[in-house]
Amino acid sequence: MKKIVIHPITRIEGHLKVEAVVDNGEVKDASISGTMFRGIEIMLKGRDPRDAVMITQRICGVCPEPHAIASVSAVEEYAGLKDKIPVNGILLRNLILGTRSIADHILHFYILSGLDYIDPAQVMEYNGANQDLNTLKYFLQQGYSRPFLPRDEIDYRFDTKTTNMVVGHYIKAMDIYRKAQQAATLFGGKWPHDAAIVAGGVSQRLTADRITEFIWRLEEIADFVKNYYLPDVIAVAKTYNDYLEIGKGCRNLLAYDSYQTSSNGNYNDHLFKGGLVNNIDKYSKINIDNITEDLTHSWYQDSEPLYPGEGKTEPTADKKEAYSWVKSPRYDGMVYEVGPLASVLATYLGKKDPYIKNMVESSLSEIGTNISNMYSVAGRHLARVLSANIIVDKLSGWAQELKAEEPTVVEYDSPADGKGIGLCAAPRGALGHWLNVENGRISNYQVITPTSWNASPKDKDGQPGPYEQALIGIKVKESQSPVEILRVIRSFDPCTACAVHLVTPKKNLIGKYKVV
Amino acid sequence: MNNKKNTVIPVISIQGQNCTGCVTSTLCSEYPAIKNVLLQDIVPGFKLDFIFHPNIMTASGNRAMEILENSSKEKGYVLIIDGAIPTNDNGIYCVTGEKDGKKYTILEETLKLAPDALMVIALGTCAAFGGIAAANPNPTGAQGVGEILQANKIKTPLINIPGCPPHPDWLFGTIEEVLLKGLENVQLDDFKRPKTFYGQLIHENCPNRAYFDEGKFAKKLGDEGCLYELGCKGPITYADCSKRQWNSKTNWVIGCGAPCSGCTSPEYPDLLGDFYKKIIDVEVPANKRTKRIQKK
Repeated sequence: MKKIVIHPITRIEGHLKVEAVVDNGEVKDASISGTMFRGIEIMLKGRDPRDAVMITQRICGVCPEPHAIASVSAVEEYAGLKDKIPVNGILLRNLILGTRSIADHILHFYILSGLDYIDPAQVMEYNGANQDLNTLKYFLQQGYSRPFLPRDEIDYRFDTKTTNMVVGHYIKAMDIYRKAQQAATLFGGKWPHDAAIVAGGVSQRLTADRITEFIWRLEEIADFVKNYYLPDVIAVAKTYNDYLEIGKGCRNLLAYDSYQTSSNGNYNDHLFKGGLVNNIDKYSKINIDNITEDLTHSWYQDSEPLYPGEGKTEPTADKKEAYSWVKSPRYDGMVYEVGPLASVLATYLGKKDPYIKNMVESSLSEIGTNISNMYSVAGRHLARVLSANIIVDKLSGWAQELKAEEPTVVEYDSPADGKGIGLCAAPRGALGHWLNVENGRISNYQVITPTSWNASPKDKDGQPGPYEQALIGIKVKESQSPVEILRVIRSFDPCTACAVHLVTPKKNLIGKYKVV
Repeated sequence: MNNKKNTVIPVISIQGQNCTGCVTSTLCSEYPAIKNVLLQDIVPGFKLDFIFHPNIMTASGNRAMEILENSSKEKGYVLIIDGAIPTNDNGIYCVTGEKDGKKYTILEETLKLAPDALMVIALGTCAAFGGIAAANPNPTGAQGVGEILQANKIKTPLINIPGCPPHPDWLFGTIEEVLLKGLENVQLDDFKRPKTFYGQLIHENCPNRAYFDEGKFAKKLGDEGCLYELGCKGPITYADCSKRQWNSKTNWVIGCGAPCSGCTSPEYPDLLGDFYKKIIDVEVPANKRTKRIQKK
């Protein structure tokens, strides 16, 4: 038995530690800790409900816009505005969330995960005309190597020609990320932390030239998603094909409805259908009343698992069986994974949309695999790029549904008391905000983020969380270079600041506690 | 831009209680683009060498921690910190890494790395002043880097680049100014913010200024007019957003019809009042900075 500790996990959002117990080259147990927290929910108490959109976006600067949308949705339900949001406001939120989610997926595959699959040092042998690659080659020739070195011993498998091509895309992805954020900023106001998403709609006034500029800016982004990102993910899945089997996880998926679309003019349909997927391909509807948070292995006072609207946060830092600040969200007492994998499969299985069916099936057949292998490291990357494809095909149409010069926001009027729930498909999966208001100020605010689901610790029945389940059983060739563990963890696209903002530490208890 | 006789400046970038928004903002720099910053001279003759950056470096775990351990061998590095530094309970609210069983907090890493640095850049309002991480009731005792350096008598020059997030030009423009003019010639205000970027009020150059002067105020979001009545903190906020705009001039906060939140101020987010309510106890335009608390 050997314990591997990896801290920090780099090329993710936030501060994450993985501890894996390895026996004879196989992971027998794993525990995941987020090691930074701020206490955002306690900061929200007593504030104007409208201000939550500003504070909760700062939970995460990589994916702030879903927090904005979940937050204003919760506030709008509380304020009785849910059905009064102008169509322009609904569409603008789709456009902002969709464009930024694509940017986020590109950032994740290339900048964050890319160096697990491609070796920039091979560009030394490049002899072509690509300016970015020649710049990198010159950089290497002068003796520079950082931040690419030092690194683990990694089993890079692409030939030099393919490596050079994908490294070129890695550099181009930096430009595309910027350009996609610029396009979304036309409506969102600034990146990161959009200012235009407000309770009641979106504050950006619409003109025909702004709409048209957005549509033109999409061209290059759509080209990159379809002609670079998708082929590169398929190449990784084919070349690193054992990763179609590695990192299966809990194999239960959960997703919320997201991106309101119109089939009959009233915008109550959704691009991504929410729901549950069990036993590989069994779809069923979701009832959010069945979501609870288990505290057994988290540093909080024990209680029965609670519905998030009633969630408690009473820390007990000296609790022996606890090992994480993340709570354990469960659905019907079971472990669920969230993310683009859940959104894409729930929509594929539950919506029977021929366009989405074709997209999923054609990419699986190109790789030469089937839906059961979607539950894997490569499958998660594939689901993410399919999600980007599905979204990018909708953006121009949504932009054309916008009505220039017409209202984008409805006037906000707040009752003294009430509550609301806001749900959204963030780039990393199902995100929920639960709001309670008393006397016009926030009395309770609870957030369950995608990474809370995925990075959750074991629960009262001893069921490990999705990251942990994905690690248990995998083989680690070289304990000094545990690249297999890193590939599994990064396939989930961790966002630790999101997961571990939930705590309300009590000073007198914390003294006895050591961060593990 | 490449020049063979260049000066190499190592950069160590560490993160406290952050949301990574300072990084995603920086990634959107256009001139220089982030690929230029990583691979080429940032200004002719000067190359930044990113020896440690948690979001872009290949190494994880022990190999990453070894870089920080050996940092004393690097001559004249620049230390960039984003995120606040929690001080309650010896800083355990932000543990950044672990080596040979020993855990390192952002507080310990700051105290270890700052004294030998050529200069320290506190990137973002959390690192500069505590920001969101220190929002009332500041559960973890979060502080800005400046407070930590002062309390520990560390004399390394500090530049604050606040903003939630900061504009990428504010970071790279400041570095360029330091390289071209020399650190001692970069003018800073009382809060150690470079005057080049933080020297004027948003309000002074706001395109809605004519509405303000005429008294044409938006009564609700989506209306035309000055956003002062809707909570705009532009009249008391020092930054050049109204001239520079955001994301390569595609938009900016007031441009999208939303009130400025005052995010470059030391008082952000609590002492400026509710985001969507009018500031009421300050003369506008304000020439002097005072603590402003909105009546509840």
